[in-house]
Amino acid sequence: MSPAEIRQVIIDILEKIAPDEDLSSLNDEVAFREQMELDSMDFLDIVMELRKLYRIQIPEEDYHHLVTMKSTVDYLTPRLKDA
Amino acid sequence: MHYDTLIIGAGLSGLAAGIRLAYYEQNVCVLERHTTIGGLNSFYRLRGRNHDVGLHAVTNYAPPGTKRGPLSKLLRQLRLSWDDFALCEQNGSAVAFPGVRLRFSNDFQLLQSEIEQAFPAQRENFSRLHQFILEFNELDLSQKAVSARETVAGFITDPLLCDMIFCPLMFYGSARADDMDLNQFVVMYKSIFLEGFGRPERGVRPIMKALVRQYKSLGGELKLRAGVSEIVIENGKAIGVRLDDGTELTADRILSSAGAVETASLCGQQVSAELASHQPGVVTFNEMIDVLDIDPQDLGHTETIIFFNQTEQFHYCQPEEPCDLRSGIICSPNNFQYGNRLEEGMIRITALANHNFWLSLDDEAYVREKQAWAERIREAALPYLPDYRPHIVDTDTFTPKTIRRFTGHVNGCVYGAPEKRLDGTTDIANLYLCGTDQGFLGIIGSMLSGITMANNHCMGI
Repeated sequence: MSPAEIRQVIIDILEKIAPDEDLSSLNDEVAFREQMELDSMDFLDIVMELRKLYRIQIPEEDYHHLVTMKSTVDYLTPRLKDA
Repeated sequence: MHYDTLIIGAGLSGLAAGIRLAYYEQNVCVLERHTTIGGLNSFYRLRGRNHDVGLHAVTNYAPPGTKRGPLSKLLRQLRLSWDDFALCEQNGSAVAFPGVRLRFSNDFQLLQSEIEQAFPAQRENFSRLHQFILEFNELDLSQKAVSARETVAGFITDPLLCDMIFCPLMFYGSARADDMDLNQFVVMYKSIFLEGFGRPERGVRPIMKALVRQYKSLGGELKLRAGVSEIVIENGKAIGVRLDDGTELTADRILSSAGAVETASLCGQQVSAELASHQPGVVTFNEMIDVLDIDPQDLGHTETIIFFNQTEQFHYCQPEEPCDLRSGIICSPNNFQYGNRLEEGMIRITALANHNFWLSLDDEAYVREKQAWAERIREAALPYLPDYRPHIVDTDTFTPKTIRRFTGHVNGCVYGAPEKRLDGTTDIANLYLCGTDQGFLGIIGSMLSGITMANNHCMGI
């Protein structure tokens, strides 16, 4: 998948996790937490949804990569290049 | 048959945990001994009417679309929508003690101004207590139990106000006699005074049904009439269960909502010493449900819930008498803002009960005493209500015996053991607790308990 496709995957996941949030104005450079009400349960869901969709395992020590949209896409791009 | 996770009990916590695991494609099965779902929050039909077992009100009310707080978190985690629960707000409630009455609603400012008026000298103290509670992290699962009575007394110097703050919070969620864990106190304070009460027009049914529908649509398996008689343990690890009919099921892990002591007793010879050392609760209730041929609002009774206490000091403990008539809870399910009226009027009155008395009676005496005490409980509550007795068309009562029969909880205790197991672990590997003895209480709390324990222990990460 291309970075743009991965970004859309994350948007789709966020829409599922937080249906009451408006994601149209999401700033990719700013932490998710600063723009939306996301807690550790929600971050677990991002990890679990990715596992469910693409069988990708994200170890706990890598969770800090999932801070902003940009850092998430950067982290996932090599891992999902064949997905 | 082998499962990823087996869940004991099809109550709110077990089903919520099941939804999480089924959503992430686990092979999961919820085992329930009873013929129907619900556990401590079940429902039944009697003489042509629908009743809820336990529900007075759902705490943690939040308006649809709210992005923060327990209810919003719960709906997100279960992938449910605000419409699935369709909560309607309360009219307003009160704590009534001799000579003082504090009204409260889903707008915290009402309680604040009532306290300022009735207890002007405590104004600053209450404000400091409130600030302390706002800053307290009740979701820290590693904290030790601390006395809420001692903590609150460090802020509020008038014992009457202390009692009036504690009364509704204890009645709606304390498994400890005469005190609460500070963490429980904060959970209940926020869920009742800050967030408030709501109720679906049709009671607990739509909530339970939304859970089962979601669970099954995700491929979760639910077995009713499937009581667990033993948790099978090998080399200190839980590996499966044996059912009442002898069937054996194996699983990678087991999540039990049966209660700490109750779960320990299922471990048979391999009994977990640590788990078995938990004391079962002693705080429980009788409740009488009167069905009326009139809406209580037409008799002038519009309050949703009244927590009353008729003595100088509030006692929250096992009474010596069969029921404690000094205090109680009056709930009218009619008095929520549904936008239309319920078909029939209903008044539910709850009083602390002595489980030893109710569990020791023979059948004949039980029926007689149940009726006699229903009348006494009603009379004790009448000073707070218009006399609705000429309008009663049916009455049903439950006691600790009813609770034990349908939920298996030792002593028929609705709030479980006084000592909670916040992190949900046991000293047996792959065996975890959720529900009342994990420690998140109330309708929303019990679902969050199942969700949190599923997330923390069962995801197989």
